[in-house]
Amino acid sequence: MLSVLRTIWMTLMHTFRKRDTVLYPEEKPYLPPRYRGRIVLTRDPDGAERCVACNLCSVACPVDCISVVKAEDESGRWYPETFRINFSRCIYCGYCEEACPTYAIQLTPDFEMGEFDRQNMVYEKSDLTIAGVGKRPGYNFYRVAGMAVGGKDKGEAENEAAPIDVKTLLP
Amino acid sequence: MATIKIDGKQFEVDDTDNLLKVALSKGFDLPYFCWHPELHSVGACRQCAVKQYKNEDDTEGQIVMACMTPASDGGCFSIADQEASDFRAQVIEWLMINHPHDCPVCEEGGECHLQDMTLMTGHTRRRYRGPKRTHRNQDLGPFINHEMNRCIACYRCVRYYRDYADGDDLRVLGSHSNVYFGREADGAFNSEFSGNLVEVCPTGVFTDKTLGAHYNRKWDMQNAPGICTHCSLGCNTSPGSRQGILKRIQNRYHGEINHYFLCDRGRFGAGFVNREDRPRQPLVRADNGVLEPQDMDVILSSLKSVLAEAKGLVGIGSPRASLEDNFALRHLVGANNFYNGMSGPESHASLAALALLQEHAGRLPTLRDVESCDAVFVLGEDVTQFAPRLALSLRQAVRNEHHVLAEAANIPKWHARAVRDEGQHFYSPLFMAVPAATRLDDVATELFHLRPARIAELGFAVAAMLDDTAPMPANIDDETRAHAETIATALRKAKKPLVVAGTSLGSEAVLTAAGNVMRALESVHDDAGLFVTLNEANSLGMAMMSDRDVDHAFEAITSRRADTLVVMQNDLYERAQHGKVDAAIKAAKNLIVLDHSMTATIAKADYVLPAGSFAEADGTLVNNEGRAQRFFQVFIPEAPLQEGWRWCADLNSAIGKPVDWLGMDDLIDAIEAACPQFVGIKSAAPSTSFRKAGMRFPRSPHRYSGRTALYANVDVREKRPEVDVDSALSYSMEGYHGTDQPPALMAYAWTPGWDSNQAAITRFQDEVGGHLKGGDPGTRLLKVDPNVPEYAPAEPKLVQGWQAIPRYHIFGSESQSAKAPAIQERMPRAWFTLNEAGAKALGLAAADTLRLTIDGEIHALPVTIDPSLPDKTIGVPVGAHGLMGVRLPAAVSP
Repeated sequence: MLSVLRTIWMTLMHTFRKRDTVLYPEEKPYLPPRYRGRIVLTRDPDGAERCVACNLCSVACPVDCISVVKAEDESGRWYPETFRINFSRCIYCGYCEEACPTYAIQLTPDFEMGEFDRQNMVYEKSDLTIAGVGKRPGYNFYRVAGMAVGGKDKGEAENEAAPIDVKTLLP
Repeated sequence: MATIKIDGKQFEVDDTDNLLKVALSKGFDLPYFCWHPELHSVGACRQCAVKQYKNEDDTEGQIVMACMTPASDGGCFSIADQEASDFRAQVIEWLMINHPHDCPVCEEGGECHLQDMTLMTGHTRRRYRGPKRTHRNQDLGPFINHEMNRCIACYRCVRYYRDYADGDDLRVLGSHSNVYFGREADGAFNSEFSGNLVEVCPTGVFTDKTLGAHYNRKWDMQNAPGICTHCSLGCNTSPGSRQGILKRIQNRYHGEINHYFLCDRGRFGAGFVNREDRPRQPLVRADNGVLEPQDMDVILSSLKSVLAEAKGLVGIGSPRASLEDNFALRHLVGANNFYNGMSGPESHASLAALALLQEHAGRLPTLRDVESCDAVFVLGEDVTQFAPRLALSLRQAVRNEHHVLAEAANIPKWHARAVRDEGQHFYSPLFMAVPAATRLDDVATELFHLRPARIAELGFAVAAMLDDTAPMPANIDDETRAHAETIATALRKAKKPLVVAGTSLGSEAVLTAAGNVMRALESVHDDAGLFVTLNEANSLGMAMMSDRDVDHAFEAITSRRADTLVVMQNDLYERAQHGKVDAAIKAAKNLIVLDHSMTATIAKADYVLPAGSFAEADGTLVNNEGRAQRFFQVFIPEAPLQEGWRWCADLNSAIGKPVDWLGMDDLIDAIEAACPQFVGIKSAAPSTSFRKAGMRFPRSPHRYSGRTALYANVDVREKRPEVDVDSALSYSMEGYHGTDQPPALMAYAWTPGWDSNQAAITRFQDEVGGHLKGGDPGTRLLKVDPNVPEYAPAEPKLVQGWQAIPRYHIFGSESQSAKAPAIQERMPRAWFTLNEAGAKALGLAAADTLRLTIDGEIHALPVTIDPSLPDKTIGVPVGAHGLMGVRLPAAVSP
């Protein structure tokens, strides 16, 4: 009997507590920048696409919801011809972001992606690409990696010596 | 045999092997770079360091290189030893100092030996922060991409290219830390085996350019066990595809045929599968004369009336199509109306080759056996252009002398550098009686440039020299006699002599002569071998199926015995003079063609049914040694494109004669029942119902990605994986994957920790570089005939006057690969070739046009001088780059 009264009392007292829930969508909760929501494709500081179509995100994805098709421009730079994410399968685990060697793919604090038609959850490259660098300012993969691409010749990347002269015998 | 201990475990091993090979064979993970099962040890990269102990009580030990350490009896080793592991991690850190870390944009990524070894040694964090060395790349032509920055200077490429394939235009340039692996100038590699660099290079310096053009990672490929369709040797391949596009051809290890290497035609010649101009819909000739696409049902019903109203059917098969496709056509038209699809001379030569192979069925060495033959006599074959992979094996055969000398000097066979130094320029004898200079001349002991009949004459003379009871050709000159004497002496002296002959010259006499040489050799040797090359992937199978050729078929049409021509995967204009083909097509009321590529025959056809290429069909091919091998569908083509035999089954049903073979198993049973010569093809691969642990066998590696997004733009609901009704393979990554899966159903090679094709296969072999576990796939159909054959009379029909002889080219002479864009870039110009005296006699200079009448048809081509040709001989380029449908050799009057 006592315990029943105690329970009723506690329930009553909760009525006067501060609410933990907020009235979404009128009131938006704070989400930290590293929250794992909608996936975007970022650009490098020069404004070029960061994604090099290496397919590591797609292989890291546990639900196989990323499909990337590689293409190459005339200067030898790799880029994705197709970059498709099926968000109706995505579990927002962030493995793709972790796998990405160029910081191209990033998860953002946006989760408002509901659709009435599942087909609309399929995002193509044009839907995913944003104009900025996202969470990783300053990084440019092609400035670090050794391949020559348009605007960066051999030996011009970070920590690279000038290309060797095969004909020299000097030490 | 020897007993050694590795990490406390005892093993029985072969003491003529080195420790690295032994350790890998026993399943240890020991990293290595410069070593390769076929290139052996040089001890250059220092990566395979292990601890060697004096005896079991020794706790100190010393670090040695496993690849340079004999696995001698009583040896005590440790791979896991901390000091040895640290050493290996240090070595890879040095090797990686200048590596550009561009794996994300490297085609090798995911199947890279360097990635594997880096992980295996545990070197996962870069410490070096200084500047990296860089290199400029070279343009290496349409096959291979060059990215020199990735080089770790293991020297594998030059050791393969120069020491194994005998190429001379890939070099180590520069000095000290500046070494550069490339050519002196931009340009395609000269060697016909350059494509193997892609797999031999442990990192991404040399990558497949044809793959790069539509790249995806190894783990994203849908593969199938394939058989190369570009020559008669039947090398095993692993074609990879994604989303219905054939991406690349990779080597598939076969311990008795191609083992680790393919030729460039096999590797880069499959591009025809992706061509836009392929027929992919049934086509019907409309009233305005244009081929127009039509629905499958409509065309089947119109073909129903065509076949019903036909006065008689003629079915022309094809030596480039599978037994199944040919048999299905044979069934449709009736066995009496089926023709083997080869030209007259080609068919006669193939039948002669078949007879020869049957006579010597017990002494047919495999391609791998060829490498251990120590004296070779080639009659008439320009092997590099005709059966390219054989040339690479012959190059190893001539080096047997190195091994003999090395053995005498107590040098182990795996000590590559020392064996080479000991062998120097001493080679096992290779005699080549060929019409003109070949790409194998550099290793030949002696060359005899003769016309086909004279080659036969020399062959007969050699036989007579070897065995007195063999007939000697009449009136041979002293020169021929002397040559024959030289060859006979060398063959007699050898332990394992080999005779190579084939159908390339279209001369039966050469094959007969080869038969006599072989018979004579059998009387002196127990270990003599005969190797016969044929024109196409299934030439031998077709010779076994039917002895009637295209000429007979045309005769049936033009004599009005039949009025409907059904052609299976064949271009008639490759098989006969164009006038004759035109006449036959004109005489036929209807021409029905089933093919996968656009051909001149399709351009004349009334009905075209799109048949599957090797990538879109299952089938069996019989290679030059009579080995039936199964290839499997790589991807399911978009309907209505389907297998040639399925079209035949549909046509059979349409005309009210439904067949009981609706799947591969039933079809193979039907072939075995109807054609006893093919009994055994069933065992070439496990049947459709075969399962291991209740599972099928996967076509794709287990991390095949993007499944739920690949087609999401079309429909967000995923398709069910297709079920393969024709084989025990699955169209997904699901199924049984293990080192004990049947080798005939191994679509790709991968084992944990070993992603690169050439290294992963180790786990599937009984010992490194040996046979596949479970036996190398394929069934040899030729049965040993206990009767000792008689000598054939030595009567070569010598031809006086001018003669046109065929000249082949690796890129161009084979019709399917000639449609591949990469091969087309390497196709040579078409020239008539003749020697200086001949050019002078005809009043021609180089580049002048020669008009030549062959079989009543005039062909005009520019002339080039080849001093190696015999007098009054004109070399005619045959194939897509030259002339098609010419019958050679032929007497001509220029």
